[in-house]
Amino acid sequence: MKHPAFPITALFFAFASLGCHPEDKPGGGSALVQNLIPPSGKEARSAASDPYDEVARGAHLVLTSACHDCHTPLKMGPKGPEPDMTRMLSGHPEGMPVPPPPAASGPWITAALATNTAWAGPWGVSFTANLTPDRETGLGVWTFENFKQSIRTGRHMGQGRPILPPMPYPMYKNFDDAELHAIFTYLRTIPAMKNRVPDPLPPAAAPGAPSPSPGKHG
Amino acid sequence: MDGTRSKPEGSLAGGHPSSALERRLLGGALLIGLLGAFLFAWGARAAREEGGDAPLPAHLSETGLFRAGSPDRIHPEALAYAPVYPLWTDGAQKRRWLRLPRGTAIDGTDPDRWVFPVGTRLWKEFSFGRRVETRYMERLSDGSWRFATYLWPLGGGDAELVPESGAQAVANLPGSSLSHDVPSETDCRACHGGRSSPVLGVGALQLSSARDRFALHAEDVRSGNVTVRSLIERGLIRGFPSSLAAAQIDAPDETSRAVAGYLFGNCSHCHNSEGPLRELGLDFDQSAAMPGGYARMTRTLVGQSSRFRPFGSADSLRVVPGDPERSTLRVRVASRFPAWQMPPLGTQLVDPAAVELLDLWISNLNPSPPAQKDPI
Repeated sequence: MKHPAFPITALFFAFASLGCHPEDKPGGGSALVQNLIPPSGKEARSAASDPYDEVARGAHLVLTSACHDCHTPLKMGPKGPEPDMTRMLSGHPEGMPVPPPPAASGPWITAALATNTAWAGPWGVSFTANLTPDRETGLGVWTFENFKQSIRTGRHMGQGRPILPPMPYPMYKNFDDAELHAIFTYLRTIPAMKNRVPDPLPPAAAPGAPSPSPGKHG
Repeated sequence: MDGTRSKPEGSLAGGHPSSALERRLLGGALLIGLLGAFLFAWGARAAREEGGDAPLPAHLSETGLFRAGSPDRIHPEALAYAPVYPLWTDGAQKRRWLRLPRGTAIDGTDPDRWVFPVGTRLWKEFSFGRRVETRYMERLSDGSWRFATYLWPLGGGDAELVPESGAQAVANLPGSSLSHDVPSETDCRACHGGRSSPVLGVGALQLSSARDRFALHAEDVRSGNVTVRSLIERGLIRGFPSSLAAAQIDAPDETSRAVAGYLFGNCSHCHNSEGPLRELGLDFDQSAAMPGGYARMTRTLVGQSSRFRPFGSADSLRVVPGDPERSTLRVRVASRFPAWQMPPLGTQLVDPAAVELLDLWISNLNPSPPAQKDPI
């Protein structure tokens, strides 16, 4: 049998729109932040109607498909948690202290960090990926084929480890090739951020738990 | 009315001329229908026999592996083979066959990239104490390949086609509480789609006439198994230089060759310099034609920065000379946590012999060369 926790992915469809949306960010932010937010809302939808503006279309899809919800860390703002657009789509912040997740209790089987970038559940702890074009720590060396196959197969780079919850790839795999290409093209245009996201942790080696030898999981 | 038509109708049918005509027409239509059905069935069978594009058969016995009517007697044109460096699949016992359409041959002009003719079929049978599944791949007329799996029923009989989504828990893994899964068609392509040819385990090094007695899980070459030399002698490969019939991985010693061979047989279908993961710069491929294969592999491995970063670790290297426990390669081969394990699919149990071999090899690597910081 495969890891029993993986079907839990299905439970996470409902989480796709958790958290604040970048469009909800209070206006008047810095010029940097304004520049980081690509055509949003009506602006993006208008641009997306131009079939030749693939970047705008990709931006629109990223905004409306809730990619920021998990891949842009949340920070506390005057109105509550809001996406930290200085870390736009760079995934779980490297080096951030992560205490052990609370123990599962009855039907409560998952927990999320306040940043929305680390998730604990029966599968262990997953950290959201750096989607920026940084070559060392992001998608910089990925080809479109890697990206497309990842979404379609639910495997890292289309061939590797399973992509863990709460990434809703079973829903996203229904994007057509043009939509995925637009998303990938847009992700190539955002600022590269060097942020090496940790690899997932097995359940027995959650942060703070006794760290077993990685070689003993067989 | 036309008397020349009505007369024979009446005389033949012995009844009303119009009903006789109807009967003749009906009889003719039936004959044509029967003939059509026969031709269709014959064509479909012939297409399968010749490796054509008929739909996937529901049963393994219809794929051309066995003699007609006998799901246990291998067809004489199905050539058994055993790769020098087999893939670890949780200790499964395996049998493999290759069948080329009559009158065709493999194009071996590029010794490291054999080209298989349209209609080529391959099978691999997996047993865990009993015959469990047989995987099948076939080259179609448009040059593409299709993949399927046939599951052997517990009570005996013909193996049946498994849905594209695969099948879970079809057999117990000996000595374990885990069970064997049949891969989905998508997973088939994840491994077989990583290089220019999806045929793994059939090539100049894997069928070399020189066996590597230090290869992990090496299988004896059974009587009748094909090798490069026998393929040449039988005219089943063309353009291949006979001087390479006994090619071996170019390595400095037996342990190094066994390591390179294991990684070649188990990892190079994804980690090579031509497939979708080429940008990772990790190359376990080996060449029959070009010397220096071991050195090429270690350049992408030893002292190279790894993208794998367990929580809390400051840095990670693919192989840390002299330190297996800190080497990503060893950590991931020795893990079966799904998000860490390597290979990432097709196995649920650590290969203890591989871990032992890697420990030995890494421990003996000279730690003096400075670690390179190339992140890719």
